[in-house]
Amino acid sequence: MATVQISEAEKVYILHGVRDDLRVDGRGCEDYRHMEVETDMVSNTDGSAKVSLGHTDVLVGVKAEIGKPRPVARDEGYLEFFVDCSANATPEFEGRGGDELGVELSNTLYKVFGNRSSLDLKSLCISPGEHCWVLYVDVLLLQCDGNLFDAISVAIKAALFNTKIPKVHLSEDEQGGKEIELSDDPYDCMRLNVENVPCVVTLCKVGHRHVVDATMQEKACSVASLIISVTHKGTITCVRKVGGGSLDPESIFEMTETGKRVGKALHAPLMELLHKEESLGKKRDKVGFLG
Amino acid sequence: MAGLELLSDQGYRLDGRKATELRKVQARMGVFAQADGSAYIEQGNTKALAVVYGPHEVRGSRSRTLNDRAVINCQYSMATFSTSERKRRPHGDRKSTEMSLHLKQTFEAAVLTNLYPRSQIDIYVKILQSDGGNYSAGVNAATLAVIDAGIPLRDYVCACTAGFVDETPLTDLCHAEESGGGTSLAMALLPRGGHIALLQMDARLHQDHLETLMEAAMTACKSISKVLDQVVRQHLQEVSALTGE
Repeated sequence: MATVQISEAEKVYILHGVRDDLRVDGRGCEDYRHMEVETDMVSNTDGSAKVSLGHTDVLVGVKAEIGKPRPVARDEGYLEFFVDCSANATPEFEGRGGDELGVELSNTLYKVFGNRSSLDLKSLCISPGEHCWVLYVDVLLLQCDGNLFDAISVAIKAALFNTKIPKVHLSEDEQGGKEIELSDDPYDCMRLNVENVPCVVTLCKVGHRHVVDATMQEKACSVASLIISVTHKGTITCVRKVGGGSLDPESIFEMTETGKRVGKALHAPLMELLHKEESLGKKRDKVGFLG
Repeated sequence: MAGLELLSDQGYRLDGRKATELRKVQARMGVFAQADGSAYIEQGNTKALAVVYGPHEVRGSRSRTLNDRAVINCQYSMATFSTSERKRRPHGDRKSTEMSLHLKQTFEAAVLTNLYPRSQIDIYVKILQSDGGNYSAGVNAATLAVIDAGIPLRDYVCACTAGFVDETPLTDLCHAEESGGGTSLAMALLPRGGHIALLQMDARLHQDHLETLMEAAMTACKSISKVLDQVVRQHLQEVSALTGE
């Protein structure tokens, strides 16, 4: 993973700051950096979003393709995740250098997003056992400055909100074979209910306290971190400990409580923003990378 | 040409452009803070990002080090969602490898590599949305990124594609025109001296037409260089206004 090296003195400076609830950039322990969200960035996708969180930049594209349902869930569609750690983010990712991190990230995304409780997978079914929608969620890392999980999860939620799947009409011909007809009208589309899609909060244990949205420098001081995915109701759907160090059960409990509080508060402003952006429709000036 | 009529009798193309008209070019330098240089460009619906790291020490094996000039290392990749059909891998396929090589050749011709012996310059190009002319958008973005990184160039490198339909050269082809199977010529030009850094043509063309086609491509490259120059000047103005000089 993209990391930085910091000296002992810097480490002490950061640790003491966190102890006094004042971080290097002036934030408190539970504050996020400035976040920017924009949807509908790539017209070749069915839904896309770009999120920048401090110097972390991610772009997510969702493409819907017709596929065959999995045998274990014949009446459900499914999601596929792919994380592209591009060399743009850091030269370490050149060639196959980013593959390891990409697989680690996408495996977690499968667990967090690819289940029944986060999305209504039944709505992705076209005809049970034969055809369903497969949502390819492709994440592109453009710049890494810590806290990838949170930025990616917000971007995925925004991109799924933005996803427009064309309506299909099933018709049967004389031989009993089914024919799928896609609607030509771009406004005749299905939207996904993203209400229950969780957001991920990463908590980094720095010294005796834990911080939300750690920068690379802070991450270098932390022993281990905890990834918690929280829905808008405050339900925890996934917890994972990452990093080399170890955590004691008591601090895990404390971190879960903080994660729950912070994660729950993340949803309402995000949804408000997405609805507001949507309501502007075509009048909205697209900023993208040109702003 | 089968099926699609690429050039109407009135002289208009599929997207309403005239034969030698370019698509709208919008660009910005200094998109990312962490890289040494970065730029973003939109040419119509084609969108590309370029990032430059370096010059720095040669990474990996020492044997790649050149004692008289810098090594230029390029990677061209396309986002998996950039094309209308989803791509399985962002890079490493044959086409991307070829494109990386082309980029490397182009920039070896343009960067003053002899100023940085025993070092390396990384140029990474990512296509975010593809609608024809990916290579040229990548080169144009990379030029801006190299300038943003403060690496001396002989001249702007400007790239453009050109095609040939009904005895008429078309410039800056879009995806529909490119995929028709007709002639497509990609050119990277150092406009001031008129030096060609890269020239590639697929499909056959009568020798008599080659000159007109190249002429059209060169004119298009020169127009793009004007746009890039404007972007650089505006960027410098903004930066100098911010630093108060």
